[in-house]
Amino acid sequence: MIRNRSIMLFLAGAMLGLAIGPGNAFAGEAVEGTAKADKLEQCVEPTPVMRRNHFEFIKHQRDLTVHQGIRGSKHSLAGCIDCHARKDASGKAVPVNAQGQFCAGCHEYVAASLDCFSCHSAVPGEK
Amino acid sequence: MSRTEQQGRRVFLKKTATAAAVAIAPGVMLHALPAAAAPRVEAVSGKIRWGMLIDASKCADGCSDCVTACDKENGLDLVDMPAGAEEALWERQRPRWIRQVKLKDNLSGKITNLPMMCQHCEKPPCVDVCPTGASFRRADGIVMVDRHICIGCRYCMMACPYKARSFIHAEVAEKLTHTPRGKGCVESCNLCVHRLDNGESTTACQDACKHQAIVFGDLNDPESAVSRALKKYPSVQIRADLKLNTGIRYSNV
Amino acid sequence: MKKIHFSEWGIDSPRYWGMLAVLGSIVAIAGGAVYYMEHNGHWVTGMTNQVVWGIPHVFAIFLIVAASGALNIASIGTAFGKKAYKPLGRLSALLAITLLAGGLAVLVLDLGQPGRLLVAMTHYNFKSIFAWNIYLYTGFFAIVAVYIWFMMDRRMKAWYKPIGIFAFVWRLLLTTGTGSIFGFLVARQGYDAAILAPMFVIMSFAYGLAVYLLVLMFAFKADGRELGATLLKRLKNLLGVFVAAVLYFTLVYHLANLYGTENHAYEAFILKDGGIYTLLFWGGWVLVGGLIPLGIIYHPGLGNTRGGIVAAATLVILGGFATVYVIVIGGQAFPMAMFPGKTIIASGFFDGVNGQPMLYAPSLPEFLLGLGGVALVLLLTFIGIRMLRFLPATLSDEVADPHHAKP
Repeated sequence: MIRNRSIMLFLAGAMLGLAIGPGNAFAGEAVEGTAKADKLEQCVEPTPVMRRNHFEFIKHQRDLTVHQGIRGSKHSLAGCIDCHARKDASGKAVPVNAQGQFCAGCHEYVAASLDCFSCHSAVPGEK
Repeated sequence: MSRTEQQGRRVFLKKTATAAAVAIAPGVMLHALPAAAAPRVEAVSGKIRWGMLIDASKCADGCSDCVTACDKENGLDLVDMPAGAEEALWERQRPRWIRQVKLKDNLSGKITNLPMMCQHCEKPPCVDVCPTGASFRRADGIVMVDRHICIGCRYCMMACPYKARSFIHAEVAEKLTHTPRGKGCVESCNLCVHRLDNGESTTACQDACKHQAIVFGDLNDPESAVSRALKKYPSVQIRADLKLNTGIRYSNV
Repeated sequence: MKKIHFSEWGIDSPRYWGMLAVLGSIVAIAGGAVYYMEHNGHWVTGMTNQVVWGIPHVFAIFLIVAASGALNIASIGTAFGKKAYKPLGRLSALLAITLLAGGLAVLVLDLGQPGRLLVAMTHYNFKSIFAWNIYLYTGFFAIVAVYIWFMMDRRMKAWYKPIGIFAFVWRLLLTTGTGSIFGFLVARQGYDAAILAPMFVIMSFAYGLAVYLLVLMFAFKADGRELGATLLKRLKNLLGVFVAAVLYFTLVYHLANLYGTENHAYEAFILKDGGIYTLLFWGGWVLVGGLIPLGIIYHPGLGNTRGGIVAAATLVILGGFATVYVIVIGGQAFPMAMFPGKTIIASGFFDGVNGQPMLYAPSLPEFLLGLGGVALVLLLTFIGIRMLRFLPATLSDEVADPHHAKP
């Protein structure tokens, strides 16, 4: 448990570093602070809950969406991407699974495979 | 707003919607967002069954507007031919949800044009054979594939009497948010389910058909345009011998 | 009849390791082909949205069908109590396992999402014959493994017969399940026939025995074991009966189709103007896989030579591949009858315009995957007989034939 917690702390630190580290080499052309999430206080759940449980949330939601057609609830992968994708200098969205970006940053670090985007779009949807 | 007022408003809306549908039906349904368009928050139920009536006599020879619209709506036009692929083979491997078919009667020589797609059976053979349950029928009658549990065995493609399904033969670089798509899974027409779930009431093919050959709607609602049209005109199911009770019906085939 | 001793395969080490190296390289090449196909996607194969199952499925289905058939020899000894077959049982059960492993490997590696095998193990749709088959296949492995254990372990002698009968019933169910993959498909003209299930069972008898005969003769010859002429004659006569039965089922299947007018177009396609499918039906299924081996087996001279028996068994296997090809690919190539009384004269999705069949040209990697499956079967079998006592020390008539007259 303690070990688990320290990993989480470390992760949180790493994420923080990614988010505010000036001129992060990974971020490519993405411009810091251009994601909608950067202007918000909190995600759809408190940050520690999201860090720990985001996959459970979207996995549960995916079944509701595909089988029951529910698309208007608070957890959704499209919602994650919409809010967390940064923009590059020209205002174009940068994929969340690009190296160092919101999803890939952590997933690469912990070597957890990120399969969503072999089918799902990694940039905010056309509205 | 009080509860009675709300109800009154709802009845009023329903009445005007019906009146509008009657005025331009059969065939014409304008692609417009209903007043209360919003993403669905409650599970779909069997109260609705989505379906279509396609009038083959209105379907014009050489027209492929519905195919183009479907390709665009569902991102099929974004599926690129892989570098190094042979074009003739790739044409037989690329996905298609709706297709134009031209028929000639063997006896009379009469020519008929019609679009073919997933027929959204009540008893779909693709659902019967799917080992994992990835191929399923939603409560509102839409037959679709849950890509998360599709293993790519293609048994559903063997079982479908309408050849309605496509296997994704290559990596897909660009995809739409509302139509995820990736190598190694099977897919087919889902009656523009993302539109329906977001409160819209038309499909892309229907909107694109300038000949008004496609009427789409709720088969369970006797007042819907599609139900009225089905009541008024004779129609058939393709491969009616299989008794699959298809959601897509055709007239003047 | 004397007591039977079993021993490990005693060929020279260099020869053994040489064979493993060759087979291992074929498996490795197949592995490369799989990586290539899975990495790129199925566009590098000849499979399309019209012909969705290709050469890998032909190999996989042949091997799976042969697997259950290979167990027959053991069943005849155990379930039907024929003494002469008892010493043959261990190799029979081993081959059943290795053939199934080879077939399933090919089938699984052709999936669009082979990484999701776990999904197939955790999500079940019990109306799907495929889902049933997942149970039938895994159950088969377990049952036959226990069967081998009871055959080899004296303490389990009491359970030897019950497990033998259970394995026999299970193998019948298994092949019924495999045949029903096609038999239950209402959509296509060539399938949707209940006779496909028993036909697959009888096909399994023939192919399984043919594979068994070849492996037995090779293994015995390689380390100089004796294989009696009387025993061999029994086995080849049995093969003759099975091959004849396959022809009989073929005849009934096509006669039933020919009687109903709705199937005439399909029958014309297979029997008369289907190009490669017609050629493979008459040349492969009927001639190479049926009539020629029958002629050899019952020829008074040829049928009693080892060369004749090897030739007959080889032809049955080649004909078997042709048969499965005609069923799997031919059944898909024939256009589906969606609009009776009408001809499709144009289509945006290759619907068999003017009755033209669907095109399919197998690609090299698909073929390599299938071959890899065959190599895997032999590899596992050879390792098995080398490591454990599967082979009787001798099968001379004196030892193995219960009716052998004492000199």
